[in-house]
Amino acid sequence: MCDTCGCGDRELVAVEVHERILAGNDAMAAHNRAHFVAEGVLAINLMGSPGSGKTALLEATARASGGRLRLGAVSGDLATDRDAARLNRAGIPSRAITTGSACHLDAKMVHAALHDAPWGALDVFFIENVGNLVCPAIYDLGQAACVVALAVTEGEDKPIKYPVMFKTADLVLLTKCDLLPHLEVDVAAIEDGLARVMPVPRMIQVSARTGEGVDAWLAWLAARRAALKVRAQAPALDAPARGPAHVG
Amino acid sequence: MHEYGIVAALVERVAEEAAPRRARVRRLHVAIGELAGVDVELLRTAYDTFRPATLCADAELDVRAVAAAWSCPGCARALAPGAPLQCPVCGRPARLTAGDEIVLERIELEVPDV
Repeated sequence: MCDTCGCGDRELVAVEVHERILAGNDAMAAHNRAHFVAEGVLAINLMGSPGSGKTALLEATARASGGRLRLGAVSGDLATDRDAARLNRAGIPSRAITTGSACHLDAKMVHAALHDAPWGALDVFFIENVGNLVCPAIYDLGQAACVVALAVTEGEDKPIKYPVMFKTADLVLLTKCDLLPHLEVDVAAIEDGLARVMPVPRMIQVSARTGEGVDAWLAWLAARRAALKVRAQAPALDAPARGPAHVG
Repeated sequence: MHEYGIVAALVERVAEEAAPRRARVRRLHVAIGELAGVDVELLRTAYDTFRPATLCADAELDVRAVAAAWSCPGCARALAPGAPLQCPVCGRPARLTAGDEIVLERIELEVPDV
């Protein structure tokens, strides 16, 4: 007998679900990805610590591309639209996503920003995530690739301390390299750490200040754009670059 | 602290199963991988904070922690924890075979026997 209202016996049943808890975010990310692929836009989820130089890197990217690439961006920020304003001044049409207390962007926020967009046709769309080496890594936004900015001042052991973030990365940009002569930083130690957390470790040393390495970064973007076109022409072979993670 | 967002998604998914059955939720079983980016203790705290006002108010949270496992996709050799993620034999990039789960596995419900 039910001990609350006497409505009769209750039966215990087990419902097997075996679904990712973030399946709702994954579905929205897949929707975003379909938008990007249909428009032929390379979407980059740019992540990194606060102050790792994400915005400065995008400003340098705009300078170095010299208008040859049509760039757009959304910038996630807890409290201000400063990064988006900087990018707009640098010639990258941008929109701020002010997250309030949320420490990461999710696919729904990016989707809302996409539908409220000041840009036209684009070659590369940067999703500048909230500065944070933890939370952004687990939310698929629909990007074609994840890029992590790591400043030389952050410490050589950052990759092995934050393996979830770096395992997600398709590319690491080692930023502020103009400071290397003034620091006791062993770049080889950073590379060794990356090799232990990234299955295909790829790192480019850059300086937004001097422009060092920005050409290599633009070449990487060009290669990813070319791969995007190949995939768009062969949809049967297409697979999300960062789809839902392994479900055990 | 994305654990609250995960708990909100979890409770919403559980409600989808429980509400149409007019069921009481007794226990949730989730799997959290070592490389999932989710702190199990923070998840428990978030769940305990969030659940009183939900269908999961009386439901225990059972967390299965899953260790990270990397292996070679070519020769299936398992890599030692912390080792470089290239197969020492054939040189291929390793693949994560377990450890990134954020999964709702099972819900135990008490349903009216009608």
